[in-house]
Amino acid sequence: MLQRLSHLLGVETLTREQINFILDQSKPFQEFQRHPLKKLATLRGRTVAIAFFEPSTRTRISFTTAAARLGADTMALQAEASSLKKGESLIDTVRTLEALRPDGIVMRHSSSGAPEFVAQRLEVPVLNAGDGTHEHPTQALLDALTIRDRKGKLEGWNVTILGDILHSRVARSNIHLLAKFGARITLCGPAMWCPPELECLAPNLRRTPRLEEALEGADVILVLRVQTERLHEPALAPEEYIRGYQLTPQRLKLAHPEALVLHPGPMIRGLEIDSAVADGPQSAVLEQVTNGLAVRMALLYHLIGGAAADAPHPAKERPNASD
Amino acid sequence: MRVVEKRQLLSAKEIDRTLHRLAHEIVEKSGGAKDLALIGVRRRGVPLSQRLAKLIGESVQAEIPVGTLDITLYRDDLSTIGPHPVVQSTDIEFSVDDRDLVVVDDVLYTGRTVRAAMSGLFDLGRPRRIRLCVLVDRGHRELPVEATFVGRTVETSDTEVVEVRLQEVDGEERVMIVDRVP
Repeated sequence: MLQRLSHLLGVETLTREQINFILDQSKPFQEFQRHPLKKLATLRGRTVAIAFFEPSTRTRISFTTAAARLGADTMALQAEASSLKKGESLIDTVRTLEALRPDGIVMRHSSSGAPEFVAQRLEVPVLNAGDGTHEHPTQALLDALTIRDRKGKLEGWNVTILGDILHSRVARSNIHLLAKFGARITLCGPAMWCPPELECLAPNLRRTPRLEEALEGADVILVLRVQTERLHEPALAPEEYIRGYQLTPQRLKLAHPEALVLHPGPMIRGLEIDSAVADGPQSAVLEQVTNGLAVRMALLYHLIGGAAADAPHPAKERPNASD
Repeated sequence: MRVVEKRQLLSAKEIDRTLHRLAHEIVEKSGGAKDLALIGVRRRGVPLSQRLAKLIGESVQAEIPVGTLDITLYRDDLSTIGPHPVVQSTDIEFSVDDRDLVVVDDVLYTGRTVRAAMSGLFDLGRPRRIRLCVLVDRGHRELPVEATFVGRTVETSDTEVVEVRLQEVDGEERVMIVDRVP
């Protein structure tokens, strides 16, 4: 029997079975996105707190939409609007949130481990929507779903991750997840963003500063966003990054002819990726967005659904109620 | 809790005969098979809907579209049961708009599954008509739902369960009444 999740804090601690279960459960929700009427009543009466202590547009909208399509209500707590800037501690903010009685908390925070800190103190399920440079589990899961759909399976691919690996929680979650499925992972980026410590993240992991070498034979290329604010520490001119690391159509030819290109968004066209690649047939960036909704709906359904904490009575046995 | 088989309700042969009769009734009451499509409710409604579609198709010399509906996300008891049931896919390749739909399930009991199935279908479009076809109606309704096409009606007690076993799902073919004794 599959071990039931009570929170989603990272993919590092998930088993292959749990990951496969989440991906399988995302399939019906993928198909649901094509329904003319995209509103379920499954989580009617439940409230999901969307607590983002760090700016985000895409992930926040994705989680909010996923909750809405399941029929749940959301309450948004954003860094700008919250008391954090007034000096309130994280635990006080979270206790206040808990006093509003949400049925689940989706949380993004600039400190690695913040969602776990909260999960240990509150009764409600916590979903990590990105914490510091630690993990971004739903991104890795939606990437895995996209790879599985486009390439037929998840196991055994040559995966190249390109960009600022050091500061990327997307990279870390993807490394943890794909390594569990036997991926041979190549990390590629400027030396300061790709330090040797990263090699301890997974077996079969190699680093190279040379893009041509990293792309050779790649089946999946994950292009990370370049955070322009980081280009200055230490100084790296954007032109230099473009010259060395931009994924262009010519460079993509070095990879496997059917290599899949992923990007967590938001893309900066002309910086880390050329428009012709971003819009090309090998790119799956828009499927990633739709798959993000499906994965998040599946997770909200399984984590927040089930017996509510204040459910009036335990399961009543119901022969023939339903299969 | 022990489960004891009390009696057999339908044999394989009787199931087959019942399905032939139901297929015939569906054609007759639909005045042909124009716009007709069957929707099997997971799990055992699915093989039943496929068999019925084949029988109807043979009698009217036309292909009858069949879809599969998973009602998990439409259940009204999710807050009272433990871990959430696994969601299966819904597979309806045709538009339900203006269709004459027959929802097919194995057992009609409280009516809640049918309620959920109707909610699910309305999310996909606006059928012209929805009717219900069940192999066994065992009573004990909790909602104002009745089936248009019924294979067999049977009186049951609260503790009894109507067990439908189908070749495609269970590797055997019969319907029995079992009782759960503490």
